[in-house]
Amino acid sequence: MSDIKNIRDQFVSKLKNELSLDEINSIKTELFGKNGQISSLFKTVGSIPESHRKNFAANLNKIKDELQSLILEKIKEIETKEINQKLEKERVDITLPGRSFVRGKIHPVSQTIDEISSIFSEIGFSVEEGPDVENEYNNFTALNTPDNHPARDMHDTFYLDENKEVLLRTHTSPVQIRTMLKDKPPFKIIAPGRTYRSDSDQTHAPMFHQVEGLHIDKNINMGHLKGCLNYFIKEFFEVEKIKMRFRPSHFPFTEPSAEVDIGYEIKDGKIVIGEGDQWLEILGCGMVHPNVLKNVKVDPAKYQGYAFGIGIDRLAMLKYGINDLRAFFDCDYRWLNHFGFDPLDVPTNYRGLSR
Amino acid sequence: MKITFDWLKDHLSVSDKEEKLLEKLTDIGLEVESVENLSEGLDLFKIAKILKTEKHPNADRLKVCDVDVGEKEIKKVVCGAPNAREGLITVYAPPGAVIPKNNTKLVIAKIRDVTSYGMLCSESELNLSEESDGITELSSSKYNKSIGKSFFTQSSSNLIDLSITPNRPDCLGVRGIARDLAASGFGKLKQIKEQKIKSKKSQTVKVKITNEKNQGCFSFGSCLVTNVKNTESPKWLKDKLISIGQKPISAIVDITNYVMIDINRPLHAYDADKIEKRIIVRNSKSGEEFTALDKKNYKLEDDMCVISDDKGVLGLGGIIGGTRSGTEMDTQNVLIESAYFDPRSIRRTAKRLNIDTDAKFRFERGIDQLSIEEGLNKAAFLIKEICGGEISKIDIQKISTFKNQIIKFDPNSFEEVTGFKILTKDMLKILDNLGFTCKKNKKIFKLTIPSWRPDITQEIDVVEELVRIVGYDKIKIEEPVKERKKSTLTQTQKLFHFLQRSVASKGYLEAITWSFTDAKYNDHFKGQNDELKIVNPISSELGVLRNSIFSNLIMYMSKNIDRGFKDLSFFEIGPTFFGKQPGEQNIVVCGLSAGKKSRLSWLETERNIDVFDIKKDVVQTLVEAGYDSEKFFIDDETPDYYHPGKSGRLFLNRGKENVAAYFGEIHPNIIKQIDMKTESLVGFEIFLDNLKLPKKSLKDQKTKYSVSDYQKSERDFAFIVDKKINVQDLVNVISNVDKNLISNIKVFDVYEGDNIPENQKSIAISVTIQSQEKTLKDADLDQINKSIIETVENKTGAKIRS
Repeated sequence: MSDIKNIRDQFVSKLKNELSLDEINSIKTELFGKNGQISSLFKTVGSIPESHRKNFAANLNKIKDELQSLILEKIKEIETKEINQKLEKERVDITLPGRSFVRGKIHPVSQTIDEISSIFSEIGFSVEEGPDVENEYNNFTALNTPDNHPARDMHDTFYLDENKEVLLRTHTSPVQIRTMLKDKPPFKIIAPGRTYRSDSDQTHAPMFHQVEGLHIDKNINMGHLKGCLNYFIKEFFEVEKIKMRFRPSHFPFTEPSAEVDIGYEIKDGKIVIGEGDQWLEILGCGMVHPNVLKNVKVDPAKYQGYAFGIGIDRLAMLKYGINDLRAFFDCDYRWLNHFGFDPLDVPTNYRGLSR
Repeated sequence: MKITFDWLKDHLSVSDKEEKLLEKLTDIGLEVESVENLSEGLDLFKIAKILKTEKHPNADRLKVCDVDVGEKEIKKVVCGAPNAREGLITVYAPPGAVIPKNNTKLVIAKIRDVTSYGMLCSESELNLSEESDGITELSSSKYNKSIGKSFFTQSSSNLIDLSITPNRPDCLGVRGIARDLAASGFGKLKQIKEQKIKSKKSQTVKVKITNEKNQGCFSFGSCLVTNVKNTESPKWLKDKLISIGQKPISAIVDITNYVMIDINRPLHAYDADKIEKRIIVRNSKSGEEFTALDKKNYKLEDDMCVISDDKGVLGLGGIIGGTRSGTEMDTQNVLIESAYFDPRSIRRTAKRLNIDTDAKFRFERGIDQLSIEEGLNKAAFLIKEICGGEISKIDIQKISTFKNQIIKFDPNSFEEVTGFKILTKDMLKILDNLGFTCKKNKKIFKLTIPSWRPDITQEIDVVEELVRIVGYDKIKIEEPVKERKKSTLTQTQKLFHFLQRSVASKGYLEAITWSFTDAKYNDHFKGQNDELKIVNPISSELGVLRNSIFSNLIMYMSKNIDRGFKDLSFFEIGPTFFGKQPGEQNIVVCGLSAGKKSRLSWLETERNIDVFDIKKDVVQTLVEAGYDSEKFFIDDETPDYYHPGKSGRLFLNRGKENVAAYFGEIHPNIIKQIDMKTESLVGFEIFLDNLKLPKKSLKDQKTKYSVSDYQKSERDFAFIVDKKINVQDLVNVISNVDKNLISNIKVFDVYEGDNIPENQKSIAISVTIQSQEKTLKDADLDQINKSIIETVENKTGAKIRS
């Protein structure tokens, strides 16, 4: 009995020392090898008197388990230590740059168009398009702006032929004409796109972007127009309240016509929309002129509605604090990188326009 | 249209402040563009007297004057005017004053070593007249007691610039604006009693309007004022014109301008003695010429409305007069013209000759046809009052008679359009104030439209008048209904957005460039297309519609590289044009990448960006968009702006219906000609309109899920083939050997050179073989191996490399 205990105590204390894998293996042999001390003791079990045998065997088994697990533990400990030593040698400077990546960006005008589409989608508008090259009829005449109408002067038009029959559209309004000629009322569309005027200075570019809106149905009145734009402007600028002013104006294709101003102020050099007592003109709108409806074979006695046209570039400038319109189209790497949006930032109804 | 509050008050009894006026103007649709204080700083200009003049010590033509400006101190002023003399009363501008003519600010200056404190001003410098030969001379009897007082009478009225929309010619006169204001409750319109000519003298210049096709003049009123003495305008008239930024010229001219601005009635004054016999209003003949008051010589075309006499053209009716018959200071007999010209005719002529005048601006918008007499009355009496003389009877010739338009108006239409109600009583009051006469017939109004409102032609125009005057702020907000009956985007539009964001996510910056471009650049990329010239481009560099997006992207790429950037990727999605008719355009996604990959990397070796980088971007984009790359077919037939050996054409399937995309290196010659400093330049074009829309919705795209759990084996082959054989064909041959068992084919090496015969290449391919039904035995695999080798050798002439 005391033999067993001695062996145990002796080896437990041995195993407490710092040992190499070899040393542990020799301890293992010393104990459990063919002539190992524990193995030898097991051989004596048969010679132990009956009365003590059970007790002896139980003790021996217990010590055996204890030592075996101690050894296993010790081996594991050493292996871990060795791995750790190895890994320590593999250490890199993790602050070194990773493999490089380039980040693409979405142009602010494209992002703004997506935002606009997302907002109008919520209230049932769908997106229509038209060609950049238009005929004179769709761009002017059908829109109640006959030849020799002074309003044509307000559009410095790019022409593609000497007879002035084909041109680059001066506004997105011809999409109204195309849409209404193609389908039957009701109509509820927006039409974002490129527009062109032969104008070029700090605040004008020969190409810019507009979004046209058109809602024609029975009983659509100026109250709906006001409601629609009020909703849009609030959503677009992501503000709770908006100061909006409808001002009478004139467009040949709407009657009555209005220009819409929004209130703003300059705070710390930045424009704040919806507050303050300054006014900024942002769009033109009105009730579609009965002459236009007649031109597209819609009966003005049955149907009426509103149309609007908004400058997209200008909206983007206001929302994102961009000062120079010309820079939109200059393709300067630094500018695109600064004002562009991550392609994963898709404006949607459920996650909103912004992060 | 420039006005002042003071001038408005000639027509409006009002006690409100200017601030209120500005608000009201904008509220009723007469947008205030700017408000300017013209008299600001003008109080600095003093009436002064020259006490003494001395010759300038260093300049023969200059004098040094001692000037009494009403202060204790006598000012020394250097002056070059020949009329500067002792005792002259003139106008003095101190340092700090801004000279109206050229907006320069005076400073104390040394002129040839003599310090000059301020300046003595000519009439021209003060914008009083064209007189610039000497300094202003003021009559000593009148001004002797005013030395030191401000020369300009202070006007508290600011110059208000209104942006009048083209439908409102009536508001190009002060009275029209006053009428609108009064109707909206701002003041009361003054009733001005018109003084009528009651002369017995007849108008002796015979006037005839020829009755011909396209005659642009409908009626021509005239009045002769004889024995006048043209003079400088009286102060009130000068002040009036100056107050709105106009320069007084002579009484007769000033009077016609005044009447035009006051009641929007353009007039023209002729020196009657210069008219040869009579006036004929007729259409011009091509080749006729005349010199206009703007001192330009105009060559006329057929059918322009001219005022002529027996000698030839005097002027363009309603647009501009000629120098031959213009009034001058010595004019004795004045013929005043007050006519009506057809807006379309005016506009056509002015456009063709490129003339813009105040009269043209008004006539093309439509002048009150019934204002002919009023204009003549007003002008003739003013001329008589200021220049003396005798007034003749009014002569009016006409080829048509004006009738006021009559419109039926249903008061209910107001609420239908605006969404709110106003009382019939209020409607009637507004319309009455605006000059409409109204007969009520049961529930319908019969409205006579005032002659000055050519813009009002139908019921909706009346609604507009009413809601404009009542105020747009009364329109109630109807909250929009959040309901979608139709999908927002079409399939094509969704694809557009998808491609846009997909390309951007591969490291490309989205650019938006002009739809037009420089013909020089476009030339490289137009391919088989015609050059599409813009007739009136903004500059020659933006002279043609782009046939390809590359022209702009390359130009801007080059600019960015010049800025010092090296590795750049841009793309644009937008239209390119192949014809000048609407719809002859395509939507193209065009990308351009320059420079190197892994430039200056501690990790990887740097290399030029190449055709396989761009191929990856194109293929990945299309795969992400839902197209099956297994079906793609690629060949090397590309437009000539690509590198002939390093570019590809991609079809979505072997049918080769429409080109889905081109990609490749940009032709080195182009890079050289553009002088772009880059190591490598690759680009692609994806043609959105050529991509067949994936018809299935996402839920339909997901087929039954099945994977094989049986053992798969990979076998490698190396074939030696003719150089002309392309890998795509080789891979196709292999995959057709057994579509069920061959699940993947990968090319892992291409080799030419040592140990390979000339004109041949070695292609190493790894083929994955797996069955859906069982574990393949060695015999099965050997069979497939054999099949692959045999088929490839038979079909491509390749040899397996042993």
